[in-house]
Amino acid sequence: MTTTEAPPAAPKPHHTPVKRTFAFLRNTWRGLTSMRTALVLLFLLALAALPGALLPQRKLNAPKVDEYISAHGWWGTLLDQLEFYDVYSSIWFSAIYLLLMVSLVGCLTPRSFEYVKAMRAKPVLTPRNLARMPHYRPGRGAATADVATVIAAAHQQLSGWRRIEREEDGGVRTISAERGFLRETGNLVFHFSMLGLIVFFALGKLFGYEGQVIVQADGSSFCNAGIYNYDSFNAGLRVDGTDLNPFCVKVNDFTARYTASGQPDYYHSNIEYQSGPDLETGTWRPYGLEVNSPLRTAGDRVYLLGHGYSPKFTVTFPDGSQRTQSTQWRTVDPATMLAEGATKFDQPGITDEVQRRTRQLAITGLFAPTAFLHGTVLTSSAPEAKDPAVAVDVLRGDLGLDSGRGQSVFEVDQSRVDDGRLKKVARQNLEVGQEIKLDDGTKIRFDGVGQWVSLQVSHDPTQGFVLGFAIAMFVGLGASLLVKRRRLWVRVKPGTEDDPSTVIEVAGLARTDQAGYGEEFHRVSERLLGGQKG
Amino acid sequence: MPINETLSRYSDWLYTTAAAIYVVALMMTLIEQGFGAKGRLAMERAQRRSRELVGAGGPPVEEAPAAPREVGRPERIGRMGASLLVLGALLQLSAIVLRGLAVHRAPWGNMYEYGMAVTFITVVTWLVVMGKFPVRHLTGFLLLPVVILMFVNGTMLYTIAAPVQPALQSYWLVIHVSAAIIGSGVFLVPGVASVLYLFRAAHDKDNTKFARFAPKLPAADVLDRIAYRTTIFAFPVFTFGVLCGAVWAESAWGRFWGWDPKETVAFIAWVVYAAYLHSRATAGWRGARAAAINIVGFAAIVFNLFFVNLVTAGLHSYAGVG
Ligand code: HEM
Repeated sequence: MTTTEAPPAAPKPHHTPVKRTFAFLRNTWRGLTSMRTALVLLFLLALAALPGALLPQRKLNAPKVDEYISAHGWWGTLLDQLEFYDVYSSIWFSAIYLLLMVSLVGCLTPRSFEYVKAMRAKPVLTPRNLARMPHYRPGRGAATADVATVIAAAHQQLSGWRRIEREEDGGVRTISAERGFLRETGNLVFHFSMLGLIVFFALGKLFGYEGQVIVQADGSSFCNAGIYNYDSFNAGLRVDGTDLNPFCVKVNDFTARYTASGQPDYYHSNIEYQSGPDLETGTWRPYGLEVNSPLRTAGDRVYLLGHGYSPKFTVTFPDGSQRTQSTQWRTVDPATMLAEGATKFDQPGITDEVQRRTRQLAITGLFAPTAFLHGTVLTSSAPEAKDPAVAVDVLRGDLGLDSGRGQSVFEVDQSRVDDGRLKKVARQNLEVGQEIKLDDGTKIRFDGVGQWVSLQVSHDPTQGFVLGFAIAMFVGLGASLLVKRRRLWVRVKPGTEDDPSTVIEVAGLARTDQAGYGEEFHRVSERLLGGQKG
Repeated sequence: MPINETLSRYSDWLYTTAAAIYVVALMMTLIEQGFGAKGRLAMERAQRRSRELVGAGGPPVEEAPAAPREVGRPERIGRMGASLLVLGALLQLSAIVLRGLAVHRAPWGNMYEYGMAVTFITVVTWLVVMGKFPVRHLTGFLLLPVVILMFVNGTMLYTIAAPVQPALQSYWLVIHVSAAIIGSGVFLVPGVASVLYLFRAAHDKDNTKFARFAPKLPAADVLDRIAYRTTIFAFPVFTFGVLCGAVWAESAWGRFWGWDPKETVAFIAWVVYAAYLHSRATAGWRGARAAAINIVGFAAIVFNLFFVNLVTAGLHSYAGVG
């Protein structure tokens, strides 16, 4: 650590470019590793992190970012170009923390050497005039004790201290004692652990991934076999999705309990999973998945992130064939679990492509777990499925399911409605068991409701290391803030003919600016002096 | 278990009463600060004492007993104000306990409860500081932000007693949130001390500045010491709170750190306080600049306390306004 700036090198005419470059590098290095720079960088880091709390971030909420950009015109776009919606992976944020890490290394290396030297060094000489020290107590030894006895007793009293005994003229002996090296140890442990934490945090980001998937809570299963099994997948730069840790999860049910006011109180999903050798033997192991207790298996974690409803519809086509589907609808109001979505049907047994494209069906609209009607407008009055109902439009025509364009499972392609390829053929509210008859004789029955859960699979190979460094950091911080470095001296002079008892002086100095040494000094000196009396 | 509405109503009354008592204590101690000879006296005493402290790093036992000079009316009022402060703190503690009994869980599951606990910790910290430093007449300055926070908390953020979301049903709620509460609550004290420090230091440099106000404040290095000591207490506690939050997030949200707004502002506050500690070891940054950094930290804590929950929609906001 350099607390003062390096003295400016006096320009000497015979300096070669090499030397000048060297001097420049050295000065840059000194500047970068000075305490003042560290301080400025810390400030910049805090400042740079701030936009991430104030502006929407792509990683957390991408749609909100798009909304924000379109609401703010050129200004929103400019912020985007400056990476203000990806603050924590932006060039400028990375630059600041990389500089801070360099500064940290530059600061810690010389300090570690100094630390080792200081550990080996002997405690400083006893000052000539102890009475000038901030803590000072004179006293007399017992008449019977000579200098050697007093010193030996003092050594015993100071057993936890690093100390050295010295002799002065006239049979005077002194002890210099020091304590509190743990402070510097703690400080170094703290800073090094922080370095380790940052490095392993970054490695985790490179080698980790997170994937989200919706699974019907009716015994459907999901396997961590590849990116395409996920609805969304975020991976570190070093993950290509080819060899994910293999495991499978089967979701058997989902239970939510709510308080009388409709606030959720309890979520539980009974799942089964298989990983490792179980995959070969086909063994499923049960697990109760809850919000605060993820499944940990095969080095990955599986979380219960959310849940929702899948209304179930049965379509009976004019030729008598039937199809039943229960597709997830997305929750639009978390308080009442009102949901919207689109359940899409393809009539079976039709081989003619053109005809098929005129006969596809989509049931879209709202689902309410506890129906509440304002006239014919459906809303939900509670999140539990006490009285489920749907308010749906039935669309017929070409859904474009095989148009090659991916489409959302929650809605139909609006452009097809606009240009007439999809036509609305019915609109109706349905309770469980009720049905709609279409003009061509097709019947659509609302059969009830199932549930889905959304799961997240997380993989972070370094988080254990991060935790370890965090704990070390905390311990180091504690030592570095709570331990005080302090010195203590004892000087024992032989008595005179008239007064044979020895003269003892005890003095102390705290080397760090926390107060509180006084109490300890008082106690120790009491023992040192008191022990001699009597 | 059902919510006990009677207890929760008593808790609300106690909260309001405590806030009202703080207002009275605030005015009383401002009277002492404004009119008391104590101001001057305390100042002299503080200077004497700070000399001792600087030299000796001494504990209170080494302090020369204050000369028992005649006690004027403002001092008596100030003393009454301090007693009222204790009473208010006891009432606020009862409010917290009753709330916990009413909802059968740790009483810090939403913003209102959190704010109630943080301001309580601030007051308790101040009582401890008053026991170690002659700063009773400054109580009003501390109570000003406390009362404002309590008012905002009790009006804009009030939440009826209710159980918490499944994600909050964890023993980490007790550990993580209580560390955050203690850390944040204590951090408000050095913030106030640092503001006063800036007045005092400006006056010491140029004694025409704040000529009526600043001389009644304790010496600059006493204020600095109060700020430093409370900060180094709060900093590890706050650090612990953030670390526990990360451990909890790993099991509740699927990652230990995700730059959620609340996490981000906690990180910012942490970095600012780290900067404060560094500034005290950096030539040219001790004193006024360090105090200014501490005030920035104070701002970050208050910002995190309210603004983040009210304005941004992060994961933490479900611990929010109800
Ligand atoms: C990532 C950025 C950093 C953070 C978050 C950080 C944090 C801290 C904290 C919390 C302390 C308080 C412990 C104590 O007072 O003993 C501290 C002390 C210290 N840090 Fe850092 N530090 C950082 C970078 C640096 C750098 C780059 C340097 C060197 C230039 C440095 C040098 C020191 C020194 C010398 C102390 C002891 C100061 C004292 O005794 O009060 N730190 N640091």
